[in-house]
Amino acid sequence: MSNQRRYTKTHEWITVDGKTVTMGITDFAQSQLGDVVFLELPSAGRKLAARESFGVVESVKAASDLYSPVAGRVTAVNDKLTAKPELINSDPYGDGWIMKVELTGDLPADLLDEAEYKAVTEASAG
Amino acid sequence: MVDFGGWELPQQYTSIRDEHLAVRKVAGLFDISHMGRLVVEGGAAEAYLQRLFTNDLSPLAPGHAIYTLMCHEDGGAIDDLVVYREAAGRFLVVVNAANREKDIAWMRKHIPAGVSMVDHTNDISLIAFQGPRAHELLPLHSTPTDDIAYFAFRAGKVAGVPALVSRTGYTGEDGFELFIESGLVGDVWDAILSRGKDEGVLPAGLGARDATRLEAALRLYGNDMDETVNPYEAGLGWTVKLGKGDFIGRDALAKVKETGPRRTLIGLQTAPGDIPRHGAAVSDAGRRIGVVTSGTHSFFLGHPIALALVESPSLRVGGKVTIEVRGREAPAEVVKLPFYRGSARSAVAPAKS
Repeated sequence: MSNQRRYTKTHEWITVDGKTVTMGITDFAQSQLGDVVFLELPSAGRKLAARESFGVVESVKAASDLYSPVAGRVTAVNDKLTAKPELINSDPYGDGWIMKVELTGDLPADLLDEAEYKAVTEASAG
Repeated sequence: MVDFGGWELPQQYTSIRDEHLAVRKVAGLFDISHMGRLVVEGGAAEAYLQRLFTNDLSPLAPGHAIYTLMCHEDGGAIDDLVVYREAAGRFLVVVNAANREKDIAWMRKHIPAGVSMVDHTNDISLIAFQGPRAHELLPLHSTPTDDIAYFAFRAGKVAGVPALVSRTGYTGEDGFELFIESGLVGDVWDAILSRGKDEGVLPAGLGARDATRLEAALRLYGNDMDETVNPYEAGLGWTVKLGKGDFIGRDALAKVKETGPRRTLIGLQTAPGDIPRHGAAVSDAGRRIGVVTSGTHSFFLGHPIALALVESPSLRVGGKVTIEVRGREAPAEVVKLPFYRGSARSAVAPAKS
């Protein structure tokens, strides 16, 4: 498995390292949300089904649910986001990562690569 | 870009947070050309507007402006607006974008012979330069502003371009609203940003405008009041001058004043993350008492703030209520308005309640 970034149609990204998946929301998602002011995140140890809502991101505009693209057990959450939720805006693929999950199943088959995801965002921006 | 009363406006140019903080700490530049601009002129113009508006224009000298409401016979607010007296019989009336056509229809219905009303919304543009340092960061070749009092204005120049320079605004900060011919406004916009760039001046969008006006507890028509809300309920009883003579809505408003308003607009504060949204239910000890009319996260204050219209005369500053946030009851505290008092030099700010 590669640790290249992959995307979902609902604007999450993941990277995979062995059984560990790191996830966040995409640059397109943060730009649509506007300034993020708060995140409600799960605790380490929580088990998630694929597509399960695991938290909330509050921006100045609205509250949006966060969905896990994969089934797994939460092994880490990004504590920095508590004090600096704006990392979601300034560095969505780096310091703005949201959590790490240990896979309990397979990766979903419908993950998108960079080019496929770009097509999705261009369609919804249009 | 978002649709705002039929106008395409940017929610933010770069970041609502940065733009909001620029307005509070340095200055921000807003394009508010969506606001309606009507010129009312004629020998009977004052008497006409006195009949339409709740506030008293008679003490208003040329070169001064006043905040007022315009109400129906039943006291419900048609709009809130600012009236500028340019001369004895000439007034500039600035109304909300979304209400412009409704206002014009209402005003035309009551217009007497000998008074004209012309809509200049498209040919005169309006930009607002707002912040504690706005007065010192106007570009070269601008009219001195030291002797322009709060809610006063004068014809002058900004960056060499003719402008009506008005010391008014919607942020709680000192600053100016600049009325400029639409063909020339772009040059002034660029000159202000270029002069202020190294000092931290930013162009600011609707997001920063909404956050700063809410911190200053300045009401937003369509959110905090509408035709079902009267000025006393909106905490704007100070704009109603029952003693000035007859005006539309006077009888109904006199009754409200006598019996006390049924609802009150209050300020609420919640814990970080619990952002009250427009329309969220407000409850007191499990009993629903009203709704949030405006709410946001205040980057400047570091916590969410909200205005709510509630039926509960006994609530006082420090009182505890709950607001529905993401399907649960989030604790909220009643706080004093405005949430923040900026640099606006005001004894008669619209926020006073």
